Amino acid sequence: MKKTPLYEAHLRLGGRMVAFAGYLLPLQYTSIVEEHLAVRKEAGVFDVSHMGEFLVRGEEALAFLQWATANDVGRLKVGRAQYSMLPSEKGGVVDDIYLYRLGEREYLMVVNAANIAKDLAHLKALARGFRVEVEDASEETALLALQGPKAASLLQGLTEEDLSQKRKNDVFPARVAGRPARLARTGYTGEDGFELFLAPEDAEAVFLALVEAGAKPAGLGARDTLRLEAGFPLYGHELTEETNPLCTPWAWVVKREKDFWGKEAMLSGACRERLVGLVLEAGIPREGYRVLSGGRPVGRVTSGGYSPLLEKGIALAYVEEGAEGPFQVEVRGRAIPAALSPLPFVPLK
Amino acid sequence: MDIPKDRFYTKTHEWALPEGDTVLVGITDYAQDALGDVVYVELPEVGRAVEKGEAVAVVESVKTASDIYAPVAGEIVEVNLALEKTPELVNQDPYGEGWIFRLKPRDMGDLDELLDAGGYQEVLESEA
Repeated sequence: MKKTPLYEAHLRLGGRMVAFAGYLLPLQYTSIVEEHLAVRKEAGVFDVSHMGEFLVRGEEALAFLQWATANDVGRLKVGRAQYSMLPSEKGGVVDDIYLYRLGEREYLMVVNAANIAKDLAHLKALARGFRVEVEDASEETALLALQGPKAASLLQGLTEEDLSQKRKNDVFPARVAGRPARLARTGYTGEDGFELFLAPEDAEAVFLALVEAGAKPAGLGARDTLRLEAGFPLYGHELTEETNPLCTPWAWVVKREKDFWGKEAMLSGACRERLVGLVLEAGIPREGYRVLSGGRPVGRVTSGGYSPLLEKGIALAYVEEGAEGPFQVEVRGRAIPAALSPLPFVPLK
Repeated sequence: MDIPKDRFYTKTHEWALPEGDTVLVGITDYAQDALGDVVYVELPEVGRAVEKGEAVAVVESVKTASDIYAPVAGEIVEVNLALEKTPELVNQDPYGEGWIFRLKPRDMGDLDELLDAGGYQEVLESEA
């Protein structure tokens, strides 16, 4: 089991450590609900150093990334970032990623921790024939996520960079608490916030400076409830090798006007299911629970849990194309009424 | 962890407090701490006959769902309706306001088979 550079700091802050994607990370420090609400109302800071970081560099970096990813990298200016996916040969999803353009011919790709080895092999195979280098920088990179409506003002106290000039999806170098960092105005909570790419040896000082400045340390538990409430997909749940992204709410990522690996298969696939958001009348839906309509199973929950803002159980679920509500979710043998909800489940800025 | 000496315990982290010819049942401080934020409690129906060790309620935290077992055989005679609106009482006051159901044991003598505070302490130490 690997430890992030913040392992000792997590223990000192009372983090309850669990194994996740090969890393020991805090599930929570005090309470998942408290940490969730801190991020929604003020600011929280997460250690997401387990995430993978690849550097993609070279004369044909742009052409290669156009081929390997679904979004239009041609629209990505230096200093900007975009959400994207790595399509599979069969038109499914190898991983969902965030792509940052650092320079004319230099990009940073952030991938899911559990997929680092798979993605690297996939990208290296696709890179043959392109003048490009794909380097795994995951071990040399610590990553923090400072999220919440007070994230910008809190971070401004620790950097001379004028954050008011930075928009969502900007990426730029800055010093934070005296340490060199790369900042991006991105995140996975539905709130404003920043992600901070750091050298491992600088991570603890910056993390503790953020906590000292008022950011509440938040763990994996809150990270999951926040992303679920925001209606964001989690790889392995809403997106898999079998998922055609065109049949999901994230179809906007796929730019049909360009060529990419797996495009033909993706475009020729028919959609048999659609993703819905459900709010339960009672109880907590969990992954794998059946969705019912008219007394028969029509789908399954891919992510379920508790929404601290709604104070109700919520779920992302795939249901048969054409299945009409009203829906129920089967919780321990009981059919619990589940109302369709737009995504995100809660109003976000 | 707080383990009051006035009641009985199970290895599955329920407590049972005798009151007249009934017992109040809830989960221990250790159990609520391990579960984390309790956000929903599925209560049993009043009048239901239950066997010792039968799953009769479910406590859902943000993280997970956990069955609550009858410590002895008997009949459910009351449930804590306050938990429908404020399930967090299980975290805030596990040995008091956070009780889950009241059971009328078939035989009060069955309680003697349960653990006392010292026995439960040993269970926790063996799990640590």
